[in-house]
Amino acid sequence: MNYELSRSGGHVHTIIEKEVLSPTITRYVIEAPFVARKRLPGNFVIIRLDETGERIPLTIVDGDKERGTITLIVQAIGKTTRALSLKNVGDTIADVAGPLGNPTPIEYHGAVACIGGGVGTAELFPITQALQKAGNTIYTIIGARSKDLIILEKEMGAISRDLYVTTDDGSYGRKGIVTDQLRDLLTSSAGIGAVYAIGPLPMMKAVSNLTREFGVKTLVSLNAIMVDGTGMCGGCRVTVDGKMKFACVDGPEFDGHSVDFDEIIMRNRTYVDLERVSNERCQSHAALQTEGGSTR
Amino acid sequence: MSVTNTMKPSERMKIPRQSSIEQDPVERSRNFREVSLGLDEARAMVESTRCLECKNPVCIEGCPVNIDIRSFIQLVMDRDYAGAVRKIREANYLPAICGRVCPQESQCEAVCTMGKKHPSVAIGKLERFVADYETENNLFTPPVVPERRDEKVAIVGSGPAGLTCAAELAKMGYGVTMFEALHAVGGVLRYGIPEFRLPRTILDQEVERIKALGVEIYTNFLIGRTATIDELFDDWGFSAVFLGTGAGTPTFMGIPGESLSGVYSANEFLTRVNLMKAYKFPDFDTPIKAGRRVAVIGGGNTAMDAVRTSRRLGAEKAYLVYRRSREEMPARVEEVHHAEEEGIEFLLLTNPTRILATDTKWVKGLECQKMELGEPDESGRRRPVPIKGSEFILDVETVIEAIGQKPNPIIQATTPGLDVGKRGTVVTNDALATSREGIFAGGDLARGGATVILAMRDGKVAAQSIHEYISGKPVNKEQVRAEAV
Repeated sequence: MNYELSRSGGHVHTIIEKEVLSPTITRYVIEAPFVARKRLPGNFVIIRLDETGERIPLTIVDGDKERGTITLIVQAIGKTTRALSLKNVGDTIADVAGPLGNPTPIEYHGAVACIGGGVGTAELFPITQALQKAGNTIYTIIGARSKDLIILEKEMGAISRDLYVTTDDGSYGRKGIVTDQLRDLLTSSAGIGAVYAIGPLPMMKAVSNLTREFGVKTLVSLNAIMVDGTGMCGGCRVTVDGKMKFACVDGPEFDGHSVDFDEIIMRNRTYVDLERVSNERCQSHAALQTEGGSTR
Repeated sequence: MSVTNTMKPSERMKIPRQSSIEQDPVERSRNFREVSLGLDEARAMVESTRCLECKNPVCIEGCPVNIDIRSFIQLVMDRDYAGAVRKIREANYLPAICGRVCPQESQCEAVCTMGKKHPSVAIGKLERFVADYETENNLFTPPVVPERRDEKVAIVGSGPAGLTCAAELAKMGYGVTMFEALHAVGGVLRYGIPEFRLPRTILDQEVERIKALGVEIYTNFLIGRTATIDELFDDWGFSAVFLGTGAGTPTFMGIPGESLSGVYSANEFLTRVNLMKAYKFPDFDTPIKAGRRVAVIGGGNTAMDAVRTSRRLGAEKAYLVYRRSREEMPARVEEVHHAEEEGIEFLLLTNPTRILATDTKWVKGLECQKMELGEPDESGRRRPVPIKGSEFILDVETVIEAIGQKPNPIIQATTPGLDVGKRGTVVTNDALATSREGIFAGGDLARGGATVILAMRDGKVAAQSIHEYISGKPVNKEQVRAEAV
C-alpha cells in the first residue's frame, strides 16, 4: 500500500545538504525538481515528514533548476521542525508540495527597507535579492532575541547598501528591537519608499504601526495555521481590510496596514496546548535517540 | 445457466426488504468503524428474489451511470457474485464506493417498480454486497486493457470524477496520468467522507485497482502551481486534459465571530480527521479542537458527516443547526436517520446570527434566531423567515460551518481562455468540453456541488468525449450547459 508515497510530485525528496546555521536554525537543500523549476520569491511549500506527520508550510529560500533542488531554512520550534532537524543528508521527506502562494510583487520603489525577524530573515532573503535586482537600494535590518539567532548576515549584507542588526538582549548589534532602527531609517535621508517585513507577528505588527505613521507602504508575510495550503480548509483565514482572506491562496503577503494582527495572533494560539504535547513526545524521542547513540 | 425465479410477482412483494446489519448506535458513536456492515449472503439472496425483473427496467434509467441492474441482480440470484460485480463494473468501475455512498433512494430505488407499493429493492445494498464479496474472496481480475495507444491524457484531481475518467480512458488503451494536489489519492472520498461511511481500506483498494490499469499517479502536484495546464500540453505532451478538481473551497456565512478559535469550516474539520487522522493525535501529529459541545451549521451530507464525526471525537452535545425544516434538508435520508440514532440533536428552522467570544477569543456560544417558513423562494423551497424576538444562545465551544463549497479558483486563474461561470464553476457543454480545445471538465468543478455518482457519470461522459476528440470525431460544441445555480 505505497500509493501515498509512491510518486510525490514524481520524486523522492532526499535531503542533499544540511548546514547548521545556529543552535536551532538549519539550512536544508532538498530534492524537489518540479518545485525548483517554478518557484519564485515569496512562494512556500507544504511538507509532511512521514505517514503520521502533519502538513506544515515553509517558505522557499532558494532553488536550483538544474540540480532540481530547493533550499529551506527552518527553526526547530515545533514537533515537525524538531523532527526535521534530526534528519540527515540522505534521509527523505515523504511529501513536498508546491510552489504555493502568490509570489512577492517585485517593484521599483527607489530605496527599500527589508526587515527580518529571527528565522524570518531566511524568508526575506530571496525577496531582498529580487528587489535588489529590480534596481532598489536595499537597507536591511535583522533582528533577533540574541546573537545566536542572527542568520544570513553576510548574504544580506552583500546585497544591501546598509545592514543593521538589533538584538533584544544586546548580545550583538544594537540593543533593542527592529522598529528602533527602522524609525531612525525612516527619519533619515535614505528616502525609504517601501518596507518588506517578515518575522514574528508582533514584530510585523509593530513595523506596520510605525510605517503607518510615515505613510510608507509595507508588505508583511503571514504565517497562519494551514492544513492543505491550497485554499481548501480555510484554516489560514485572516482579516485584511475588513475582509476574510486565505493566507495560502490570497497571500501569504498582505498590506501590513490592512491586516488585523491581533486576530491572527490569537488564532495562531489555537493549538498551543496540543503543540506542547507533541513537542514533549518529540523531545523524549530525540533524547532516546541521543542516549542510544542511534546514528541512522 | 440462470436460475429462474419461479415466484409470482405477488409472492415476491410479500418478502420484506432486507435490512443491513448495523453497528449499535451507542457503540458506534464512539468509534470510527463502518456504521453499516451491509447484507450477508443469505439476506442478499433473499433480497435478489424480490426483483420483479421488469420488462422495462426503469431502475437502469434511474442510475446516473446506467448500471444493468436487472442483470446484476439476476446474477446474484444465480449466486454468481463475481459475475454480478463484473456486470456492474462494465458501467461503473467503483462499485464498493457507490454501494456505500450513492443516494440510491433518489435514483435507481426511487423508480423501482416494487417501490410503488412496497419498499423498493435494496439495489445499493446488493451492489455493495457483491463488491465486498469479490474482495473478501479475492475474485477481482483487472479488465484486459487493449494495446497501449500513443496518446496520453492528463487527469487533474483524483476524486470520483477523475478516478472514473482515468479508469475509462485506461480501459480504452490511453496512457493516463493523474495529478493530485494532496499527498493521498481520492479527493473528497479521502478528505471529506468519513471512515465510518467509507472505510479507507475500501478506498485504497479501489485506487490500487485503478493503478492496475496502468494509470500513473503524481501526488503533491498542484496543477496551476507545480505545472500549468498549458505546460501539460506543451511540455508534457498530453493530447487532452480532464479537470475534476471538485468544489474544495469552503464558504463562510459572514456572521460576526468566524475568526475565533474553535470555528472550523467543515472542510477543515473533516480534513484534519479524515486525511490527517487528527483523531489519533498525538500518535499522528495533526491536532484538532473538537469540543464537548458542538454546533454544526448546515443540512447537507457534509454537515451530517461533520456532526457525526464530532460525536465520535467525544462531543457530549452535538447540535445540527439548520435554517429550514427537515423536508428541505439536502442530506441523504439514511444519514439523517443514522445521525439521529447517534444522539445528534437537530435544531431546525434555526438560523445562526453571531458567534460569541471568550476573553481569549475562543468560541463561547452561538447566537441563533428561530425561523418560520414563508413563500417559496427561487429554489422552489419555502423561504425561512426570522421570527422577531426569538433569539437565543446555544452553549457551545465549537462551531463548524457546513454551508457549501465552491470550486478552487487556481486552475481557472492560471488557464487563459477557460470560461468560468458565476459561481466559479468551469463552463462546459453536454459533452463536457470547456471553452478551451482539448480541455474537458466534470464533477463539482462544473456542477458546483453535487454527488459522488454524478461526478463519476461526468468522468465517464468526459472519457468518451476525450476519446472522440482524440480520434478526430467532432465533439458537440453546442448546447453549453446552463450554469447550475
